[in-house]
Amino acid sequence: MAVNARPTRRRRAAHFWNDARVRAVTAQIVLMAALLAGAVYLVHNTLLNLERLGVSTGFGFLWTAAGFDISQTLVPYDRTHSYARAFLVGLLNTFYVSIVGIVLATILGFIVGIARLSSNWLVAKVAAAYIEIVRNVPLLLQLIVWYFVVLGNLPLPGDSIALLGGAYLNIRGLFLPKPVPEPGFAWTVYALVAAIVAVVLLARWARRRFEETGRPFPTFRVGLAILVLVPLAVFLLTGAPLSFEYPEVGRFRVSAGLVLLPEFLAMVAGLSVYTAAFIAEIVRAGIEAVDRGQWEAAYALGLSRGQTLRLVVIPQALRVIIPPQTSQYLNLTKNSSLGVAIGYPDFFNVAGTINNQTGQAVEVIAITMAVYLSLSLAISAFMNWYNRRMALVER
Amino acid sequence: MAEAVRPRPSEVLPPVTERIGPLAWLRHNLFSTWYDTLLTLVVLWLLYVTLVPFFEWAVLNATLSGESKDDCAPGGACWALIRVRFGQYMFGLYPDSERWRVVLAFAILVAAMVPLFLPRMKRRIAWAVALILWYPPVAYVLFAGGWFGLEPVETANWGGLFLTLVIAGVGITTSLPLGILLALGRRSEMPTVRAVCIVFIEVVRGVPLVTVLFMASVMLPLFLPPGVTIDKLLRALVGVSLFASAYMAEVVRGGLQAIPKGQYEAAMALGLSYWQMMRLVVLPQALRLVIPGIVNTFIGLFKDTSLVTIIGLYDLLGMARLITTDPAWLGRHAESYLFAAFGFWVFCFAMSRYSMYVEKVLAAGRERR
Repeated sequence: MAVNARPTRRRRAAHFWNDARVRAVTAQIVLMAALLAGAVYLVHNTLLNLERLGVSTGFGFLWTAAGFDISQTLVPYDRTHSYARAFLVGLLNTFYVSIVGIVLATILGFIVGIARLSSNWLVAKVAAAYIEIVRNVPLLLQLIVWYFVVLGNLPLPGDSIALLGGAYLNIRGLFLPKPVPEPGFAWTVYALVAAIVAVVLLARWARRRFEETGRPFPTFRVGLAILVLVPLAVFLLTGAPLSFEYPEVGRFRVSAGLVLLPEFLAMVAGLSVYTAAFIAEIVRAGIEAVDRGQWEAAYALGLSRGQTLRLVVIPQALRVIIPPQTSQYLNLTKNSSLGVAIGYPDFFNVAGTINNQTGQAVEVIAITMAVYLSLSLAISAFMNWYNRRMALVER
Repeated sequence: MAEAVRPRPSEVLPPVTERIGPLAWLRHNLFSTWYDTLLTLVVLWLLYVTLVPFFEWAVLNATLSGESKDDCAPGGACWALIRVRFGQYMFGLYPDSERWRVVLAFAILVAAMVPLFLPRMKRRIAWAVALILWYPPVAYVLFAGGWFGLEPVETANWGGLFLTLVIAGVGITTSLPLGILLALGRRSEMPTVRAVCIVFIEVVRGVPLVTVLFMASVMLPLFLPPGVTIDKLLRALVGVSLFASAYMAEVVRGGLQAIPKGQYEAAMALGLSYWQMMRLVVLPQALRLVIPGIVNTFIGLFKDTSLVTIIGLYDLLGMARLITTDPAWLGRHAESYLFAAFGFWVFCFAMSRYSMYVEKVLAAGRERR
């Protein structure tokens, strides 16, 4: 680093090495030269080692057949598909578990965060205990506990636990009724899309009217009504074209239905419970950051408690909450790579298998790093955009 | 006039039994409104259905001694497992006869660290720096052996809580200086230095630690000249330290940014060189500001050490996992992992409390000013 690169100080003045600019340029040249030399040395060694191991370099292996199975695939995949396809399957699994985890962690985190501020002593203490226990135990350990202890002690398929609505839970996973669309169901989907567009337009119109005339419009309630009622009406008018395929419990396995694997359940439970503890603290700090005077001023203006929360407190709290919340979402996504420890086939797990099979360590690591980096950048870009919007709304 | 000034008679207060005492407390904090009451009852019921079975399992039906899982009562915890294997949870596969060396090394460390926490102690920084310089060689000689007639112990046999503490300790002592250098580099006026630091920090923060560990365990051997091998533990240490230093750099940068420009200018006006300015003026203030953030990074690092399990080292978690595969105790997951969780929790909780204490002390200092 630059530390070593600096020439030693001399007492005599006016030497060229006492010129700050000369020293800065020299330091940078030395740093770059050192980095370059290091890189050349490492690349040279790597090539030498790869040659010795008989591994060919390049990304050509991506198009050969993978030859291994993946337990959870969101797109069609079997062992004859290419390595590239296997990477895609892993990436989709990472997305899947991250998105479900983020949604659940946010809900749970807000509930716990608000409970922590509750005036009810018991509720506040339980929330505090939850946060202190969960935050101080490694996530990997929690995932293993969820997988081996909680889900591992579930009954065998023959003694499945029956849940509401025809769902079953056993050691093989959670079995849900699978919705099967029948002809004509497309209309309901179209109606839903149309309703979403209508609500977006309505919200824009309502905001413009509010800014121009100051007359509020119950956007949330009306929007929710449109979102629910319009597709529901179309669904019923077209003759309710949707049926459910219910899981059937056999002695050794459950057939039919939609299955969520225990690995997936453990990942979702572990990631969301762990991240929720951090989100709860962020939410608490955000709400506490809003000055008491803001509440009082809003009441003095004659706003109700709900209006105060919605129009005054939450917009200001969100400004404090969103930036750290972003990094929690990022952490959750990166932490989904711990699925490798319990056999959830996420991107990192698939990459590890591919590395073991092909020995293309350099390429596999390059792909893995690139994918996680772009994921991180994408999430932070989205949250920055959202953050800017919140800041504008508040002004 | 006297009439107008006289205060109004105060409101009649409810009887004292309704204002203070346990009943009033209950009423105020648990049953103040109907939904408060409902909430309290729901939470009490939830606690009842979770904690009572847990208590029965962990305490009432537990078995404390025995030689295998067959000695344990069904439906209860088998704490005998922890008792029999306690040494392995603490030291991994470190030879029984040599464990005193580990204990001695930690005792030396604790004794040497006591002065750091004495409020009256002067020159604490100098003592800490000296400790960082002399302690690692001493500890290494004690742990690894090979000198002074000590039996050599391979790092592959290091394990349990001992290994967790070694990784966390090395990570903590290397990530702070590295993080400070990276943070200074990121705020440097030299564009190449800044670019190198930014790329390093952002790349490392953008990928999960497992990929860094994976890279350290797969790529480091490839980077070295053929024939040179590098210890598995050392690879993990390199990975953990680099990873933690990127996070540390961002914490330190926060502190550096909080120092007013006037401080830099005043230091320069006094004729201090860059390093003098940083060492004597800026860093002491900046680091003090971010002590809670630094401790939080340490807590994260401590928890992250458990990831070395994935690359095949037996830290506390790895040991807990290994023990569950022992035929004599097969399937006793809950006890083993609960014990490991408790081990991690104690250290992390203690660190977080310490951070809160420091924060309070610093806040008090700021308020007084």
